Amino acid sequence: MSSRDPGQAAALDRRDLAWYVDKLAQILVFIGGISGIILILGIFVFIGSEGLPFIVSKLNIGEFFTSPLWRPTSEANPTYGILALMAGTASVTGLAMVVAVPFSLGAAIYIAEFARGRTREVLKVLVEMLAAIPSVVWGFIGLSIMNPVIIKLFNVPVGLNVLNAGFILGLMAAPIMTTIAEDALKAVPEGYREAAEAMGATRWQVVRNVVLPAAKSGLVAAVLLGVGRGFGETMAVLMASGHSINLPTSPFDSVRALTATIAAELGETAVGSDHYRVLFTLGILLFLVTFVINLTADLVVRGIGKK
Amino acid sequence: MVEPAAEGKPRAKVEVRDLTIRYGAKAALANASFEIRENEIFGIVGPAGSGKTSFLRVLNRMDQFVPEMETEGQVLIDGNDIDRWRNLYALRRRIGVVFPLPVGLPLSVYDNVALSPRLSGVRKKVDLDVIVERCLTRAALWDEVKDRLDSLGSLLSGGQQQRLTIARALSQDPDLLLLDEFSIAVDPVTTMRIEDVLKDLRDEMTIVLVTNLVQQAARLADRTAFFLTGELVEVGETEALFGGKSEDERTRGYLAGRFG
Ligand SMILES: Nc1ncnc2c1ncn2[C@@H]1O[C@H](COP(=O)(O)OP(=O)(O)O)[C@@H](O)[C@H]1O
Ligand SMILES: [Mg+2]
Repeated sequence: MSSRDPGQAAALDRRDLAWYVDKLAQILVFIGGISGIILILGIFVFIGSEGLPFIVSKLNIGEFFTSPLWRPTSEANPTYGILALMAGTASVTGLAMVVAVPFSLGAAIYIAEFARGRTREVLKVLVEMLAAIPSVVWGFIGLSIMNPVIIKLFNVPVGLNVLNAGFILGLMAAPIMTTIAEDALKAVPEGYREAAEAMGATRWQVVRNVVLPAAKSGLVAAVLLGVGRGFGETMAVLMASGHSINLPTSPFDSVRALTATIAAELGETAVGSDHYRVLFTLGILLFLVTFVINLTADLVVRGIGKK
Repeated sequence: MVEPAAEGKPRAKVEVRDLTIRYGAKAALANASFEIRENEIFGIVGPAGSGKTSFLRVLNRMDQFVPEMETEGQVLIDGNDIDRWRNLYALRRRIGVVFPLPVGLPLSVYDNVALSPRLSGVRKKVDLDVIVERCLTRAALWDEVKDRLDSLGSLLSGGQQQRLTIARALSQDPDLLLLDEFSIAVDPVTTMRIEDVLKDLRDEMTIVLVTNLVQQAARLADRTAFFLTGELVEVGETEALFGGKSEDERTRGYLAGRFG
């Protein structure tokens, strides 16, 4: 790259329009990318700073995790035990997965491997439409349809319980899980299917023996993201779970979820009070759990590349 | 229609009657009639786009993967019209296919070969072991993979994967073996080894060898067909065809390497 003619060197060094456009584009893209990161950090710092001082100075960690008593508004003796809330979230999310996993994997396999032409296109659009239903609408369905149905069907006094919320949440998570699972199945090269089918394997044999093993990590990721979705859902759970503090022993018990607790109580607390800060502590906990779930999903997906 | 009983190998005679294959309005093969005899290596040569792959697809009825593909005419295997085969999967199990680019399924080497026997109901490990070793040996691959049967088939080299696909095809115990330009992604040494394998297999099955290498057909095929842009130009004994005695000028030109 050494040029002995100084005139030519100068010409090579001249910045033209493309150079400036490129620099500008780089800067804009950089700002776009960095602002997302800053925003996330900002949120984390905010939640952390509201919650951390309380965790360090006042919170009884043992009681926090092991006591089922959540009495933040008690004048004389407030207790901050989240065991019941965690049990509420876990039971509802668990039931949701029992509903959503078979539904969504079945739908994904049908759409990706069996449906053809128009059927497939229509189904894909329908699934996407389902995914777009706002959670408050799901909550409304839980409240006004599932509630009386459960009361009638099982002859119980209240229909707002683990069963209701879990079912609603399962239906809600299923479309997204279906879409992700279908993507994972679509990523399996067509050549595998063709080779297996040329051997005389039936379609189901191809799916079972070739496609599912090949798409395994993508499918696991779909389920994990569904779990994350269930964990973080607020409105629908608030409306369908009954929102009463309970360690559930049957699907017909009303429960209260972590997220719903924050949503329902934060507006009524005095900024800076203990109650206010303990709710932020819940936020940190949710943040960490969701983060771990998403990270696991991410690692599982990357696992494909390593093999 | 009754499916032929699985008795008395070797068999698999293919009769093609007025076969036309179309993609939409365009014919990929027009009005072809010929016969593939039992236990011969039947070569098909011709430039790209002549309809060779389309013909193979029709033989094991893999046309369903190409929705716009239509066929007319008849193909009979051992006298039975393949369109009227009640159990499509049983038909395909009798036909082994080797694709141009090796497709090592995302399974272990062992499972690649054991898949077909498993699907047709072989469960015992000892039986599977025997089949896997026999097929890999016959595909001239056993010595290279016997210590890594559990590693992924897709991790083998291209030449090894192609022999793995041949072992997999053999695990079906086919009557008819279809090879579509198998040497396209394989080094010359491996190509020669596979050619030797094919010569041995001729005693047990009928082989249709589509090849982009005219010399490969000359080396292996008992009879050869020349396809040219959807037309079956000529079928004949390979020696006669390659001896420059063909009556058709296009055949002589292609085989002499003047085009293609
Ligand atoms: N899926 C398809 N859709 C439309 N045309 C096709 C398709 N597959 C093959 N063809 C056409 O059919 C003709 C024969 O193709 P092919 O059987 O693949 O030939 P060959 O194997 O001899 O190269 C070609 O003109 C090709 O363009
Ligand atoms: Mg071809």
